[in-house]
Amino acid sequence: MSVKLGVPSKGRLMEKTFDWFAERGVKLGLSGSSREYAGHVEGIEGVELVLLAASEIPRELAAGRIHLGVTGTDLVREKLARWEAQVEELRPMGFGHADLVLAVPAAWVDVSTLDDLDAVAAQFRARHGFRLRIATKYHRLVREFLRDAGVADYRLVDSQGATEGTVKNETAEAIADITSTGETLRANHLKVLEDGLVLRSQATLLRSRAGAGDEGVMAELLERLEAGPLAE
Amino acid sequence: MIAKSDIRAEAARLLDYFRAAGAAHVEADILQPARTLIDLYGEDIRARTYVTNDPLRGEMMLRPDFTVPLVLHHMANGEGEARYTYAGEVFRQQQAEADRPSEYIQVGYELFSAEDPARADAEVFALFGEVLSPLGLRASTGDIGILMAAVRGLKASQARKAALLRHIWRPRRFRALIERYSGRAPVPPARAKLLADVAAGRDVIGAAGPLVGLRGREEIEARVRALVADAAEPPLSEGESQLLDEILSLHETLPMVLERLRDLEVDMPALAPAVERFAARTDALAEAGIDVDGLMFEGSYGRSTMEYYDGFIFGFYAPGAPAMPPVATGGRYDALVRALAREGGCPAVGGVIRPGLMLEVRKGMA
Repeated sequence: MSVKLGVPSKGRLMEKTFDWFAERGVKLGLSGSSREYAGHVEGIEGVELVLLAASEIPRELAAGRIHLGVTGTDLVREKLARWEAQVEELRPMGFGHADLVLAVPAAWVDVSTLDDLDAVAAQFRARHGFRLRIATKYHRLVREFLRDAGVADYRLVDSQGATEGTVKNETAEAIADITSTGETLRANHLKVLEDGLVLRSQATLLRSRAGAGDEGVMAELLERLEAGPLAE
Repeated sequence: MIAKSDIRAEAARLLDYFRAAGAAHVEADILQPARTLIDLYGEDIRARTYVTNDPLRGEMMLRPDFTVPLVLHHMANGEGEARYTYAGEVFRQQQAEADRPSEYIQVGYELFSAEDPARADAEVFALFGEVLSPLGLRASTGDIGILMAAVRGLKASQARKAALLRHIWRPRRFRALIERYSGRAPVPPARAKLLADVAAGRDVIGAAGPLVGLRGREEIEARVRALVADAAEPPLSEGESQLLDEILSLHETLPMVLERLRDLEVDMPALAPAVERFAARTDALAEAGIDVDGLMFEGSYGRSTMEYYDGFIFGFYAPGAPAMPPVATGGRYDALVRALAREGGCPAVGGVIRPGLMLEVRKGMA
């Protein structure tokens, strides 16, 4: 029995995760060529590295196929119903910051809040005969957010990429997407609603509630990680 | 645990009971076109239902209730007076309450009739009351039509009334609108700035950069004009918002509520038709043998759970089991028929019983 640690398999999120663990004396590395999704762990016995798409980590944690994992809070909340019952957030890791926001065309001078969006949704539906479309890949989060705000007469359309472009292409009237600086939004003539922050997300260390693997190894690993960065 | 075969047997008994009351037995498909239901209830319904994809038919939904298929059945079959009964599974995702079943059997009775709505309401309620009477359930009733009449009677612009009516089934949004129209909520800074810029004659849209998307300049201008008009409108009077609060907090037996409504009607004559309907229904219920002096009415009953039910509504609850969903619910859904039929559409009232919950209550009594 070992502890299976799932981390994002590519990009900056992977590099930053590797750095974060290295600072705490746990060295993660890729085996063989960098194109092969296999990894190794040095500095602690009994931990197995599993490289996964960040979006699959919540599901794998919930199923207990990995015992610890690193991914964004946005993905945990989007992918898992009642996420608190399935995984435990151990600590935010201080990188991978991103905000999930609702944005509309900047020229909609009559819209600055969710109240306005709701009123415009009614106007739009009466005028165009269909519901105002909001493009996103975060269906659960956006739906819950809009339900709590009492926004009606909208429809979510799925957009897995280039979401900011959907408004100009007239496949959506508004979007809900991750932004870190807002530059892409501005470049596409969009603005964020004043109360349109759906979620503030960052990379987070998570533990499965479905299985811990080897208890002893888990305890030792967590102690290491909780202790914070090693002195140089 | 109650065996499904027992629930089916109970459902069959209920079906016979409603048939004996003159209802025709109707079957509905389990797979319903998702589009109809999402258009009606909005995106929220996806979180409460099972939507699946068919390569040829597009999105299909596992039937979350029978009402919509029954209304469509009625529209396709002549629209005259009709009584229907049905029994079968409905499917609901449980996002938060994992111990609630996501699949259960409902038996229903629906009455389509353009004649004498009070009598129709009483017929349905009495039928349900009788078959449930051995279980010692507590009944609650309500009528969103009274709140709607009060909104229509406000001294406010059509735009404000329309906004309130649109959110009549969303209590929080409704409350927020009342606060704003009463002048109790502050004007958001961006709105204040927009109004000032418009008043100064600035080209606000032009200054905001290129316009992208399907919503055109003229639509934005129309809403800006509406905002300017709204800002100039006097606030709702204290008395009017109090009257709405009073209606929402009514919680009394039917005759007591009627008396209270007669008082309110003095302040707002526009309530009269809704109060008359209430009075006629109370009479019809009494004639049908219901003890109206023991029947409760709640002003906000069913408001957040029964969208499109715009008249009489009712529910039957097991006393001492607050966590149990209602054993039976129903009401008048003329607004739903109107939304589906676009024009015309026959007024309708009906309800459903969950035979599984009947058996649970009976088991608890044994």
